[in-house]
Amino acid sequence: MKQLISLRVNGELYELYVPVHKTLLEVLREDLGLTGTKHGCELGECGACTVLVDGEPVLSCLTLPVEVQGRDIVTVEGLAENSVPHPLQVTFAELNAAQCGYCTPGMLMSAKALLDRNPNPTPEEVREALAGNLCRCTGYVKIVEAVRLAARRLQGDLGNIVEEIERALNEGVVQEPESR
Amino acid sequence: MSTNGYDDRKNRTNLGSHLKKETSVVGRPLMKVDAMAKVTGQATYADDIHLPRMAYARMLPSTQPHARIVRIDTSKAEALPGVLAVITGQDLPIKYGILPVSQDETALAVDKVRFVGEPVAAVAAVDEETAERALELIEVEYEPLKPIMSIEEALEETEVRIQEYGHGGNIHKMVSLQFGDVEEGFAEADYVREDLFFYQGNNHLAMEEHSAVAYYSPDGKLTLWSSTQTPHYVHRALAKVLELPPSRIRVIACHPGGGFGGKSDPFHHEICAAKLAMITGRPVKITLTREEVFYAHRGRHPVLMWVKTGVKKTGEITAMHFRSMLDGGAYGSYGVATTYYTGALQTVTYKIPRYKFEGLRVFTNKPPCGPKRGHGTPQPRFALEIHFDKICEDMGWDPAEWRKQQACEPFSLTANYLRITTIGLKECIDKVVEASGFKEKFRKLPYGRGVGLACSAYLSGANLPIYWNDMPHSGAMVKVDRGGGVTVYCGSTDIGQGSNSVLAYVVAEVLGVRPQDVAVVTADTDLTPVDLGSYSSRVTVMTGNAAIEAAQKVRDQLFQAAADELGTTPDNLEAAGGRIFRRDDPGVGLPFAKAAQLAEARFGTLAAVGSFTPPKTPGRYKGAGVGPSPSYSYTACVVEVEVDPETGWVRVPKVWIAHDIGRALNPILVEGQAEGSVYMGLGEALMEEQVFRRNLHKIPSMLDYKSPTFLETPDIETILVETNDPHGPFGAKEAGQGPLLPVPPALCNAIYDAVGVRIDELPVTPDKILKALERKAKGQEPRVGPERMPEVEWVEPIYVEPPSLEHDPSLVPSANP
Ligand code: FES
Ligand code: FES
Repeated sequence: MKQLISLRVNGELYELYVPVHKTLLEVLREDLGLTGTKHGCELGECGACTVLVDGEPVLSCLTLPVEVQGRDIVTVEGLAENSVPHPLQVTFAELNAAQCGYCTPGMLMSAKALLDRNPNPTPEEVREALAGNLCRCTGYVKIVEAVRLAARRLQGDLGNIVEEIERALNEGVVQEPESR
Repeated sequence: MSTNGYDDRKNRTNLGSHLKKETSVVGRPLMKVDAMAKVTGQATYADDIHLPRMAYARMLPSTQPHARIVRIDTSKAEALPGVLAVITGQDLPIKYGILPVSQDETALAVDKVRFVGEPVAAVAAVDEETAERALELIEVEYEPLKPIMSIEEALEETEVRIQEYGHGGNIHKMVSLQFGDVEEGFAEADYVREDLFFYQGNNHLAMEEHSAVAYYSPDGKLTLWSSTQTPHYVHRALAKVLELPPSRIRVIACHPGGGFGGKSDPFHHEICAAKLAMITGRPVKITLTREEVFYAHRGRHPVLMWVKTGVKKTGEITAMHFRSMLDGGAYGSYGVATTYYTGALQTVTYKIPRYKFEGLRVFTNKPPCGPKRGHGTPQPRFALEIHFDKICEDMGWDPAEWRKQQACEPFSLTANYLRITTIGLKECIDKVVEASGFKEKFRKLPYGRGVGLACSAYLSGANLPIYWNDMPHSGAMVKVDRGGGVTVYCGSTDIGQGSNSVLAYVVAEVLGVRPQDVAVVTADTDLTPVDLGSYSSRVTVMTGNAAIEAAQKVRDQLFQAAADELGTTPDNLEAAGGRIFRRDDPGVGLPFAKAAQLAEARFGTLAAVGSFTPPKTPGRYKGAGVGPSPSYSYTACVVEVEVDPETGWVRVPKVWIAHDIGRALNPILVEGQAEGSVYMGLGEALMEEQVFRRNLHKIPSMLDYKSPTFLETPDIETILVETNDPHGPFGAKEAGQGPLLPVPPALCNAIYDAVGVRIDELPVTPDKILKALERKAKGQEPRVGPERMPEVEWVEPIYVEPPSLEHDPSLVPSANP
């Protein structure tokens, strides 16, 4: 059975006619072409499919689009502002917190939700908040560092993000001093 | 040219620049070239590909562990509206396999199934749901055969055979090698110890489920996009099975979402997608479910091991005898190589003057095992490092000092003729011992807390290719655009380790441009020169050297053209900072783009190729092909644990790891490999296992299988040791696999330090700790582990007289060409 649904994703409104049992994950990837959101299990076990719904991290593989009609859905594609990436994206890239990068979109969404409610998390708080997102590559070390670095940057002067990326690509990463 | 049959001429061209100290790109903690694509969701993984008219396919799994296929009826499935094609084993009867000696797989089972989950038929349909419904309509009649589910059963059962080839019965492969007279060595020893160990099998659990999309165009060309880490081998397998000329097949490896060895075989779904695309004329996608990934497997082999070592009172090892029995699952995969690997690298860390190895691999009715991070070497390393810890304990030796005293010499041979170049083992031990406070903690922490040390070595790429040939293992092409842009083309696959970035770094370094000005095109068999693939930790060393050679050739042309313009000779020029300038007068120079234009005007289009062939292997015996490498990386690890004697629960607060990387081309990428290895090693040591109950995989889901989350992963302190290896690009060695090896044994050594029990079997689950503690309380041997090794008749060993293990100056390649 198909149903007409309307979704607001990354600020854009979509009207779709999809089978009712199709998951939000499938609709995002297959119907809206937003393939940035990944899947590692489709059973709610890995966190790779995490998106934000009204600012809360949600597993899109366990969510039906009908449940989230009229709410604000944000995927990894919606993190950047136009061509300027979010500081979390930059620190993940700078510190090698994305190796294969497959867990990264989900990880970023959970991290964004964390920083929105707790702008200065301790390493333990980062671990706690991201514990539902599995990563097989990084050993999580650099992910914790990247979230904390982004938190520090978000609280200070962000500077020019595009220049920051250029510097990181050509000259290397300079870790700002830790301040709790 | 040195003796011992080793010819280093092949590498000479690079030696000058490898060792140059002043670098502007190499050694810096740069952002990876593809990092921004990955963090913005723009990197394309195989399942992200959606093509017009694309069909979806699913495969029907066998419900039987071992059975003859009596009948398959696909007619009802074919009649279902929306179904485009149905295929069975009869449509793809040609056998393939990653190793030439184990061509035992078919894309879909023919006549017989050998494990639950083995694909029997495949359906392409307009959508995934229809394909799945069609699978339910396929009728398969099986005639069950006796399932064989363990090493013991496989050795006992000789009548019922899983495969029709191999060593006989259900033994796939048996090897036996002896270097020197070990019995003489044991007789010379002051102390001889024997131990038994078991390392359970486990899955790679890459976050991305395998996926492939195939398209067959009307002009007869097949394109396959895949999550593979070895596109070249997939290319070969497709050509064989589909009987197409290789020139009409294009394999593109997308960004794999994690590999760890799990995506290095040609797979059922890749071949089925291709076949279905050829039949339907539409693009066809197959993405495995997580459950299917557990059946595709190729994970760590379960290995049962026995080791016997003799030592002198003064510490020297006099001889070692090692036996391994591998549970291979139903097919060959890399298993013959794995079997050799369980015996090959024992000799590369500490001096073992006489060494005997006997190993065998059996077939069982389980998903095939293959290579996982460390490929056949973490299991014996686990055994050895615990065994040595016990010997040190028995002899009253300090485990750190003993390991340092027995470390192999730089530029030396081992008993089995592996050629060691640089070795930073002692420095690695010093660094982790110091950073962890090992000396202050070992045998001194309160009951329930402990520290353990272990070391290891791993290869920086296998010297021999998987199929016999004398062509290069890695090729690269560098093209310079008249605008100053540089493109490097290479067949390598970046599985997250950063190999695309390594290509950009070495080329940028040689040409004196910025990494951002280098475009990287990889892993596309139509566009890129062959690289054998991302396995055996070969990529940095082999593609790095190939890319350096190509870049140097282009630079020669740039220098010739620039020299005339700058009124000097090419050897007085240098390329750095986006300029080409005079060494004697650095102010006089040209912008890189200007030099490119002059060179293009003079020589035509600017491009050059480079390639890398590993050095020849000194060993001259059958089996000498597994183990040799251009160089070996070394690792030392200290794990600290807290063991709760009430619950058996193990918590790991911190791990220290020091790794001899040769030279870190980018330290944050190397750290990432070490951290990921520690994490993965702990997962294997504490929880992960591929276990079966009543012939079924017990836990084929991420949740039940269990892997460490943020909360179970400790603090990891990584220390990089640089030894500047003469065979590595700018001195680099591997980092992707070696650092996993010492983690499980260091953990078990720490548990012994904490509560005085030996767990000689992975994973170390709480019940094993409690059982060992209970035995200890009863005055029994405080140990959990295998009690016996099944009796087998080993083949007569090949006897080889070992070389001297001392430092051999003739093995040092001259630094100046
Ligand atoms: S895909 Fe794994 S939790 Fe949704
Ligand atoms: S970066 Fe590969 S799974 Fe996290």
